Amino acid sequence: MSSTKHFMEISQEIIASEYHKKIKDAFEVFDHEANNTVDVREIGTIIRSLGCCPSEGELHDLIAEVEEEEPTGYIRFEKFLPVMTEVLLERRYRPIPEDTLLRAFEVLDPSKRGFLTKEELIKYMTEEGEPFSQEEMEEMLSAAIDPESNSIHYKDYIAMMVVDDS
Amino acid sequence: MSRRGALRLPPGPGSPGSQARFSIPAAAFRAAALIQRWYRRYVARLEMRRHCTWRIFQSIEYAGQQDQVKLHDFFSYLVEHFTPSSNHERDFLNRVFTEERFPQDAEMEKFSDYKSIEVPDNYTGPRLSFPLLPDHAAALVEAFRRKQQLHARYVLNLLHETRKHLEQLPNITRVSTCYSEEVTVCGDLHGQLDDLIFIFYKNGLPSPERAYVFNGDFVDRGKDSVEILMVLFAFMLVYPKEFHLNRGNHEDHMVNLRYGFTKEVMHKYKTHGKKILKTLQDVFCWLPLATLVDEKVLILHGGVSDMTDLELLAKLDRHKIVSTLRRKTRKENGKQATKEKATPPSGAGRPTPWFLPQTRSLPASPLRLGASGAPRAGRSSSIPCSCPADAKEPARRARRSVDLELDRCRRQAGLPVSPAQGEPLLCTPEADSEAEEPPEPTQEEWKQVVDILWSDPMTQDGCKANTIRGGGCYFGPNVTEQLLQKYNLQFLIRSHECKPEGYEFCHSRKVLTIFSASNYYEVGSNRGAYVKLGPALTPYIVQYQANEATHTLTMRQRISRVEEAALRSLREKLFAHSSDLLGEFKKHDADKTGFITLSDWAEAVESVLRLGLPWRMLRPQLVRSSTDNTLEYRSWLEDLAKEQLSHENIQSSLLETLYQNRSNLETIFRIIDSDHSGFISLDEFRQTWKLFSSHMNVDITDDCICDLARSIDFNKDGHIDINEFLEAFRLVEQSCPEGEASDCRQATSTTDGGCSKPGTH
Repeated sequence: MSSTKHFMEISQEIIASEYHKKIKDAFEVFDHEANNTVDVREIGTIIRSLGCCPSEGELHDLIAEVEEEEPTGYIRFEKFLPVMTEVLLERRYRPIPEDTLLRAFEVLDPSKRGFLTKEELIKYMTEEGEPFSQEEMEEMLSAAIDPESNSIHYKDYIAMMVVDDS
Repeated sequence: MSRRGALRLPPGPGSPGSQARFSIPAAAFRAAALIQRWYRRYVARLEMRRHCTWRIFQSIEYAGQQDQVKLHDFFSYLVEHFTPSSNHERDFLNRVFTEERFPQDAEMEKFSDYKSIEVPDNYTGPRLSFPLLPDHAAALVEAFRRKQQLHARYVLNLLHETRKHLEQLPNITRVSTCYSEEVTVCGDLHGQLDDLIFIFYKNGLPSPERAYVFNGDFVDRGKDSVEILMVLFAFMLVYPKEFHLNRGNHEDHMVNLRYGFTKEVMHKYKTHGKKILKTLQDVFCWLPLATLVDEKVLILHGGVSDMTDLELLAKLDRHKIVSTLRRKTRKENGKQATKEKATPPSGAGRPTPWFLPQTRSLPASPLRLGASGAPRAGRSSSIPCSCPADAKEPARRARRSVDLELDRCRRQAGLPVSPAQGEPLLCTPEADSEAEEPPEPTQEEWKQVVDILWSDPMTQDGCKANTIRGGGCYFGPNVTEQLLQKYNLQFLIRSHECKPEGYEFCHSRKVLTIFSASNYYEVGSNRGAYVKLGPALTPYIVQYQANEATHTLTMRQRISRVEEAALRSLREKLFAHSSDLLGEFKKHDADKTGFITLSDWAEAVESVLRLGLPWRMLRPQLVRSSTDNTLEYRSWLEDLAKEQLSHENIQSSLLETLYQNRSNLETIFRIIDSDHSGFISLDEFRQTWKLFSSHMNVDITDDCICDLARSIDFNKDGHIDINEFLEAFRLVEQSCPEGEASDCRQATSTTDGGCSKPGTH
């Protein structure tokens, strides 16, 4: 049994080291000064591009973990790496499967029309959950809304986004 | 720009609107939160892709600039180590290394002599008469918009008048918003005429009430640099008090050799191109260095350093700074050039190429961005002069001055200037300075100008050498603050760097970068912008994108397009290094399975290409097929090759090598082709290639080069049309659809010596 445990530990090490390299690459994209720091406002993008899907609240908690005691506006790689590695190893903030996403849209469309109007989408996205900023709303509308019907046919929309994402 | 969603919780009970809230089920709340969460991740991934794409373009662009430094090193190496083994080689070297002398005034008159150029009767393009009137300038813009070309005579005439005007201007132009109520400042245009036309359309043509400042980098890269210059110079002559230009680092004949302006001129003006280039070389040196608005806003092309001294910059003779890539100097190791006539020494003197600095004042090899563990270079940007203080030095200089004397005598006697039997004819900038040359810039003066033309801002405090560009520095917020306080200024406007939104504030809004070439890397890559200043000096930014198509694309589509272009360039680069990559991959495959892990792939690729790119982020776009985290690398390399090659006859390894050195080759060609004829002999090509490949440790035989030349089908008279060669080269790189490979070849062949235009198949 101890050898199995030992084997598991070594596998973890290998996996962790793989994660380290991935995290480093993602971090470096935003490390404009090449001094192992990134602007705290880019951390969300980095974390999400590594495959995680945290809510805004979860993101804030994560940032609090990696920030300096006296927040400088910058996050250092040395603090970010171990925290992010744990997140990946624990498979936290898993991405949302397609069907779950579909069901979420269907909750907002109780009469099962198959679409949401532009106004409805705006209302839900800017007033419910963790509301969008105006910029975010406009961006989503530009791709999601079918201009002829002024609505979002969410099944098609999801299908299109998912293809694009892979 | 990343998305920053605000965390706003719905109002609690008792607050306005909360009554309505309670009637919406909690499930809807959760559903909305889920969709938002998903969407934010999607956007983040797009952001990442966009940043990676940007990095690809930038790293390739800067690697190109570093190449320029490497090229200089190559020729320095030649100078120091290469001993011509025959007269033939010596003559060849002389041709390459003969000093392109800075034109004297008398010669300049000859060069800008436009009166002797006749304009044919069937010329339908725009005509200019001087003094220029506002209508003429506006008509010129209209003519260019209709794709007409200005005749060489008018070009030279305009340049002549431009030079006369520029000579009277100070180094730092003063602009006041008392006279013109608004000042519009534009950044880099880089030969993109559409953007200039759009700016005039949207903002209005220049007028006494509408002042303009164009902040450098008018030329190179884009295809209409000539037309842009003509328009800018025309308006400057029409509205001398309201229309102002600053010099950029691309207003430099040496940089133009590499980045396309030289090529454009020679292509558009076959007979008179050389004259035009020579005149422009002079005009560029006369461009002012900076502009000051209301004594409060400083506008210059690159940036500043912690040593920037505006008083020194105002006083120096800017005309002496011919190119910021090289500085002539009179002194070597403190010794003055001697005039004594001594007998030539027995040893062959080392000629110094005209395009190389006498002292090695170029910075040391640039460090790769993000090189882990490597300390950043210090402030010093020069490597010590490595000239040996041996006995040959004074004798060599003496010999040169002797040659020059002979040369002058021959010319006075009306004899052709030709090298004596076996004796190289060498002219050097040192010797030139004995004539009525303007005195050369001091090290300090030169560095001041390089700093303001090449520097970039950084977010951290301090000032360090700009190793990515190879010149100037990175300056931090404290440097900006120090400068603004010292000269009682409000903020800086600079350009020099492409920004996704066309502009960017930094250093607590004390530095504004303004970039006016939209779609600079690729259609959809970035917006252009200009900034307007009124008497209150509050910057008002206007953005645009000069391509209708991009307006209708969604963010996702725009990013995809630009990304595809970046990846194409990157795949090209990967292909160019196929052999090296194979070697690296094999190292990771000790058991010779043919497979490596994706992680190994990323390491190997970075160690070969050294672009500092996030390969693991890019991997999904570059490695299509991979099962269970491993890659069969040989077939991956083969797939790369298939994409690039459409022509079975050309050996893939040779093509690969040429690809790798394509920009260098082109630059070398243009340096060899010192009379800008567009032709070099096959022999010269072979010679140069031999030298180059031996220096770069590239293994290519003579026969291979000949075969390649023949298969691309040059005119059989032993001359290579450089442009044809490179265009044909470019044709080959575009993948032809199946079955049309032979058609492609037909298109590149010249049957009766005529040139075939690329893309006509």
